[in-house]
Amino acid sequence: MCLAVPGQIIRISDDEPLLRTGLIDFSGVSREISLAYLPEAKADDYVIVHAGLAIALIDEEEAQASLQAFQELDDIEAAP
Amino acid sequence: MTEPKLNCPLPLNYEQIVMAHGGGGRMMQQLLDKIIRPAFDNDILAQQHDSAIINIPANRLAFTTDSYVIKPLFFNGGDIGKLAVCGTVNDLAMSGAKPLYISCSLIIEEGFAIKDLQRIVQSMRASADEAGVKIVTGDSKVVEHGKGDGLYINTAGVGVIETESSILPNNIRTGDAIIVNSDLGRHGIAIMLQREGMDFASAIDSDCASLAAPVQALFDANIDVHCLRDLTRGGLSSCLIELAAVCGRQFEIREQGLPVRQDVRSACELLGFDPLYIANEGCFVLFVPQSQAGAAIATLQKHSNSQQAVQIGTVSEEHADGRVILQTAMGISRILELLSGEQLPRIC
Amino acid sequence: MKFVDEYRDPKTARKLVDAIAKLSSKPWNIMEVCGGQTHSIIKHGIDQLLPEQIRLIHGPGCPVCVTPLKYIDKALAIAAQHNVIFCSFGDMLRVPGSRQDLLGLKAQGADIRIVYSPLDALKLARRHPGREVVFFGVGFETTAPTTALAAYQARQLKLTNFSQLICHVRVPPAMEALLSSADHAVQGFLGAGHVCSIMGYHEYLPLAEQYKIPIVITGFEPVDILQGLYLCIKQLEENRHVVENQYQRIVTQAGNQPAQQLLRQVFDVVEQDWRGLGSIAASGLALKEEYSPWNAEQRYAVDAIDTVEPDACRSGEVLQGLLKPVNCPEFGTSCTPEHPLGATMVSSEGACAAYYRYRNHD
Repeated sequence: MCLAVPGQIIRISDDEPLLRTGLIDFSGVSREISLAYLPEAKADDYVIVHAGLAIALIDEEEAQASLQAFQELDDIEAAP
Repeated sequence: MTEPKLNCPLPLNYEQIVMAHGGGGRMMQQLLDKIIRPAFDNDILAQQHDSAIINIPANRLAFTTDSYVIKPLFFNGGDIGKLAVCGTVNDLAMSGAKPLYISCSLIIEEGFAIKDLQRIVQSMRASADEAGVKIVTGDSKVVEHGKGDGLYINTAGVGVIETESSILPNNIRTGDAIIVNSDLGRHGIAIMLQREGMDFASAIDSDCASLAAPVQALFDANIDVHCLRDLTRGGLSSCLIELAAVCGRQFEIREQGLPVRQDVRSACELLGFDPLYIANEGCFVLFVPQSQAGAAIATLQKHSNSQQAVQIGTVSEEHADGRVILQTAMGISRILELLSGEQLPRIC
Repeated sequence: MKFVDEYRDPKTARKLVDAIAKLSSKPWNIMEVCGGQTHSIIKHGIDQLLPEQIRLIHGPGCPVCVTPLKYIDKALAIAAQHNVIFCSFGDMLRVPGSRQDLLGLKAQGADIRIVYSPLDALKLARRHPGREVVFFGVGFETTAPTTALAAYQARQLKLTNFSQLICHVRVPPAMEALLSSADHAVQGFLGAGHVCSIMGYHEYLPLAEQYKIPIVITGFEPVDILQGLYLCIKQLEENRHVVENQYQRIVTQAGNQPAQQLLRQVFDVVEQDWRGLGSIAASGLALKEEYSPWNAEQRYAVDAIDTVEPDACRSGEVLQGLLKPVNCPEFGTSCTPEHPLGATMVSSEGACAAYYRYRNHD
């Protein structure tokens, strides 16, 4: 269920909240996507898109933190 | 080689094809004389006979035919005309033949724009010139409005086999290197993204191209080519599964290192597709002894549409039913299966 | 692709597999709720990487699999009507109804189109005012906001030639139904990450508490799934049972508020049939009374449809984690993707189809 893909907002059309759309780039493929559910989204933000709608902002700090945690798995392994 | 006459003015009273263009009368003659013959022009076509009469300088001939139906007719990287010439040229090249002559049969829907037809036949001529073949005979029919998707094309082709050896799936040997000449999945994705209702924008262009030159280069370099096959519908997986079954062997390919462009990969993520099953029109898979893999790759890489040639796997052992195993990036091996039908965009 | 490739790194995956092996002192049965997770597990071979004592049970989170047959039959009945353009996600086209599937109906001349979004179907309706455009809205809480928005926009625009056949289902009631059945084998859940991006995960707190079961909200890439499993097994080993969020880059506890608000505005929560699981209270979403003009079920009288379930199919047991696809006597013999007996073989993320397509060669 629920194939959803990360993309970056290139630009946002000015419209009333429930009709607002943004051009989203998915690493070389782009499309107009509804931003109706992400009123706080702005250009350059990364969002998760499902069936033509952006459903969540990606928290880049959290993403970094989780990758950092994976790095630390090594350190746990390496510890005596 | 005759230059295509690209500046031919629109000579007809109609801007669209009407039934009379297929009726055998003056309008049909006008269509042939003003649009089609000038585009394809060559000495054999100029005979204007019921059949093309050609001299074949060999005792082994390759002969093939294919029909082309595609929506949209014009797409990033090509059109139905280029596809119809390259497809048939490639089928000949994959048999180890040097393509020489092709036929062109057009089935045109009433109402089709004549300027589009002109664009398409000129594109066919350009592709034929590039592949070194002549379009020597043909036919055209007009069907009623609503009975066709604008235009269907059938092409048949003949080529000569100049090598001693045969290029057949049964020549595949255990230990052979499996090589592809180019990146995977571009044609299928380019078409899908341009279909009505998809509305995606990208720089993805079809890989549609003639493969005659890189294949000829392999023979000229004395590469011991065991088998060739172009990847069309069904993509890499379907092609390998078919070949493995015919030659009764197991192929092992590695997921990491398969050439797939980033934007094609992204489109696959968006639509829920597997790039291993996406159609190509300028890609082929090549089987050579492992000792010649380096030379084969170096030879291919000199050609513009084969610069990314790379070994993707190996023929590992005999296997009665034939099977193809993918080593995933995670280090797991799994069997590739034929899909039951075309991949459909999914969201779930 | 940023935020995808990092989570497919084989080295990180290997580290997590090792950590899971070290951590697991006994067998554990964990259900990944979402079909997208199942797809990823089988495609990347994650089940084969895991220690033998960790058993994955594939959950009911595939809309193609759980959409009741009668809705497929309703879809077919509507799509067959004169002047209708019937729009669907590609997923539903091969699902067999009682007598045929949408692809078969299309071959007979019905105007059936694949769209990427319900908003595209809405656009189609505006472009073809003389035609009736119907969208087949299936799926979970991730997808429901897309059809809610289409319904809302249709109403705002006073579009009279657009309607939707809605069959949305909610995940938490299905999880609860599983947990409350006597013979379930599930000891921990990987929660459906994208559903939670909309709904948050407060609904899961009482479930974990009442049924003493760990629930880890999890993403879809191999590293996400392995980390979700690691966290879930850690809880099991430590005899804890709380809701954890592996998918923090996407999911917050509160979820997407504007989406939830529109869901409440457009849909009522109703009792809903699940294919294979039966009827579950408060597990479905139906268009509210004021959206009747855009409700295809009311627009086209499709209530009296005669639905025939094939009896050989045991997808219900598969969906409940009681039967592995390969242990079904019909699997791969009378039931294949070309001739599916049930939806779990049709859907590319159905457990049976995933096993068929990616089964290991041993």
